[in-house]
Amino acid sequence: MATENLIPQKQERSAGPSASAMAFKSLWKSVKDLAELIFSSPTAVIGMVVVLAWVLVAIFAPLITKYSPLFEDYMHIDKGPFGLHMLGTDDLGRDVWSRVAFGARTILSLGPLSVLVAFVCGCALGLPAGYYGGWVDEAVMRVLDAFMAFPTILLYMIIISAVGASSFNVVIAIAIGGAPGIARLVRALTMDIKTREYVAAAKLRGEPDFIIMLREILPNCRGPLIVDFLLRIGYAAFYIGTLGFLGLGLPPPTPDWGGMVQEGHSHMTVNVWPVLSATLAIVTLVIGLNMFADGLREESMRYQ
Amino acid sequence: MDPSPILSLKNVAISYKTRKRDVDAVRDVSFDISQGENLGLVGESGCGKSTVAFSIVNFLGPNGRVTHGDVLFKGEQLRGRSEEDLRKLRGADISMVYQEPMSALNPSMRIQDQMAESLVAHRGLSKKEAYGESVAALKKVYMPDPDSVMLRYPHQLSGGQQQRVLIAMAMLNNPSLLIMDEPTTALDVTVEAAVLDLIAELQERYQTATLYISHNLGVVARVSHKVAVMYAGEIVELSDTRAIYRNPMHPYTMGLMRCLPDVDAPKGTRTLHPIEGRVPSPDHLPLGCIFSPRCELASEDCSHKHPDLVEMAPGHQVRCLRSLEWKDAKKIWEMEELAQEPCPDRANPNPDMVLNVEKAKVYYRVPLKTVGGLFGLEKRNFVRASDDVSFFIRRGRTLGIVGESGCGKSTLARAIVGLEPLFAGRIDFLGLDVSKPLSKRTAATIKELQMVFQDPNGVLNPSFSVGDQIAFSLRRFHTVPSNQVRAEVERLLQAVKLDESYYNRLPRQLSGGEKQRVGIARAISTNPAMVVCDEPVSALDVSVQAAVLNLLLEIQNSNNTTMILISHDLSSVRFFADDVAVMYLGRIVEIGPCETIYQPPNHPYTTALLAAVPRPDPDLKSSHIRLSGTVPSAVNPPSGCRFNTRCPFKIGEICEQEEPPRREMGNGHLIFCHYTPEDLKTLKT
Repeated sequence: MATENLIPQKQERSAGPSASAMAFKSLWKSVKDLAELIFSSPTAVIGMVVVLAWVLVAIFAPLITKYSPLFEDYMHIDKGPFGLHMLGTDDLGRDVWSRVAFGARTILSLGPLSVLVAFVCGCALGLPAGYYGGWVDEAVMRVLDAFMAFPTILLYMIIISAVGASSFNVVIAIAIGGAPGIARLVRALTMDIKTREYVAAAKLRGEPDFIIMLREILPNCRGPLIVDFLLRIGYAAFYIGTLGFLGLGLPPPTPDWGGMVQEGHSHMTVNVWPVLSATLAIVTLVIGLNMFADGLREESMRYQ
Repeated sequence: MDPSPILSLKNVAISYKTRKRDVDAVRDVSFDISQGENLGLVGESGCGKSTVAFSIVNFLGPNGRVTHGDVLFKGEQLRGRSEEDLRKLRGADISMVYQEPMSALNPSMRIQDQMAESLVAHRGLSKKEAYGESVAALKKVYMPDPDSVMLRYPHQLSGGQQQRVLIAMAMLNNPSLLIMDEPTTALDVTVEAAVLDLIAELQERYQTATLYISHNLGVVARVSHKVAVMYAGEIVELSDTRAIYRNPMHPYTMGLMRCLPDVDAPKGTRTLHPIEGRVPSPDHLPLGCIFSPRCELASEDCSHKHPDLVEMAPGHQVRCLRSLEWKDAKKIWEMEELAQEPCPDRANPNPDMVLNVEKAKVYYRVPLKTVGGLFGLEKRNFVRASDDVSFFIRRGRTLGIVGESGCGKSTLARAIVGLEPLFAGRIDFLGLDVSKPLSKRTAATIKELQMVFQDPNGVLNPSFSVGDQIAFSLRRFHTVPSNQVRAEVERLLQAVKLDESYYNRLPRQLSGGEKQRVGIARAISTNPAMVVCDEPVSALDVSVQAAVLNLLLEIQNSNNTTMILISHDLSSVRFFADDVAVMYLGRIVEIGPCETIYQPPNHPYTTALLAAVPRPDPDLKSSHIRLSGTVPSAVNPPSGCRFNTRCPFKIGEICEQEEPPRREMGNGHLIFCHYTPEDLKTLKT
């Protein structure tokens, strides 16, 4: 019966330190593979450079700005760029460059955070829908269809006007708006992966369903999900801007790109700088993220 | 025969551009094909067979090109010709038949339009003339009812019919050269046999020069006059078919032959000799003889001297430094007797019963077609994947289940391990009722009944290392204390002949055979009493198949594991099984000890299956019992005997109306057929 007589039992474990070295090597190799993947696509590289630039600006915002984003310089109101203020000041005399740099912090923390929340919700709905099928699938999907029937921006406006404008609520709104799309994607991937033989093998170990979903299925959806994640951060940045412009974003004085456009657009003819800087910031970040995601997707498709 | 060859390749080298550098996929390939000749090109996958074929008509894709040598077609140089010139040749004077008939036909066009295309394009025929020619071509390939086939779309044809259409299309413009790239690999054995008959006959009748690519030595033995054996981008042996099979001179060719299970050799009479290692990738070729790292006969010289293709006998070229030494050394390569002593438990003639399946039915509901169905107004239809199947297995024995695809073999296996719910019937395992799905079985039962899967690429979770995946199962069943899990995984890896460095590897770093071994290690990690193997080797190269089959046999011998082997390959079943059940359309038509199944008298279906097995022996005249058509739908199986629609020995109405009775042939051998045992013995095979 036993396998023992096949191979003599090993006396001691020999591969202690070398095993961890090998684990490190294989991790290093996957990092290297990813880098190779990114660097073989010029689109992805350009996108990554742009996004990284904004990430650096956000991280080092206090170091690369001379003023607090809230400091009002009464001596210089509505000025174009000059020595003291490299991108000029807005109608309250606040430094536009400071507000753009600190605004990057807002958008780069709220964007990924809200998409992350959306992904958690999307996976929590999509995995069981795809895995169990049948009436679970029907129930989940019909509810999500109802959400998807609303134009996204309308949905955000309804949610924010119901619960009020705050960074927490913006995250919630974007998560609710994004979750149905993600759930659909996860469901489709799950339906494909659940037929694989390693899932059958896990069932033959009597693993509980949630372990199968989290260990056998979800990790193997990661390719398409990572690309979708990046694209959605772009959209989130875009929607946070839109909400800010509609006055539904972060409450004022928080530095927020959408808010800057909103505050500045009424006297754009007097001073275009706050609006122009904030718009360019949104545009470059969104395009950067899209290029990165697209490049990554194309390049990883080419491997298959 | 025409002295000047139709196709002549001279020292052809082909290279592919990759992200890093140019890789020489094929080097120094030369061969001729004359009119009426069929050259078989064989070798494992990754040896450059298809690359050679594609180079002839320059289908290498944007990153491949012929870097050296001449491709002469009827004496004219094809290499470096313009796309325009080549296009005029393709489909007209040179045509191709591909491996996957479904993807070679355009799914959105009727057969008549697809066939007419090449006639209109190359010969400028009118639509009407083209139609006539196409029907004539379909008749040539014995397509029943060609006029109705012309109106159909590809998905309305069976795989065998599709391949016939493709062959007819290839023959439309009477090509001088026909290139066939694994044309029967995707087909069932029975269909394959019929298509091979057709190819051989067309060959005889139209004298077309043919390049036939296959990995299956049995298939090539049937159709080819000459055989070229390719290894890692080089031809290592080239000769006429009989000489290659009777007197192989290159160790690689011999290796390919020795690793084939023989459909005529019963279990335990021989072991298989796999070729160790794998085909080197073209960018990491070994120095010296490219086969030397895997060659059991390699000498010192082989690792630094590259051999040339030398003519050893008239028309028999071999690329081996040592071939002169064993010109008459056939005995080195005699099949050795099975060295292993079978496990003492196996000597027991009547061990206890491990699995008993009684009238098992696995049905799937057909999805509702009408809105009324929602309210119960539609008659529920079922796919009867497995219908009233009964059998038992004794401890330590292997039951082989054979049949064409669509016969319900895999469904039955999945129902036994609990992956599919049982519709009716009963399964007893070790005296416990396991008729329930996995979620209702206890961990102790699950642990004793494990499975080995078919697709090496799907068998392992790509996100976890090999060691982790085996450890999951050890931890789950607490097979060993948790501080010994790693040691146990390493022991299991050794048991399947992989060293412990595999612990941290990810599945994508493994070859197909290695993945399959890990799958086996995972299955035996719980010390199961029974392992169900669902086509464990059918997706692997022959050399690797042998190693995996040996491994399974070794595990069975040392652990006295009971096994079910599901396979469409009757040779590997013969190698590994003690008992065989033949399934057709959800029913067992014949069951019994191996030796009774592989010898007449048989059920007519078994006879046809056995007749279809391609054998690696050019002198064997195979029997001419062929099945037409395909397995009917399991939603509405034929009444009476389910095999009556295809049976070559059908008696008459009785077969359509009455269920066939159970005929006891003695020694536990059962046949379900209307013929009496005496009549069955007289059936011509």
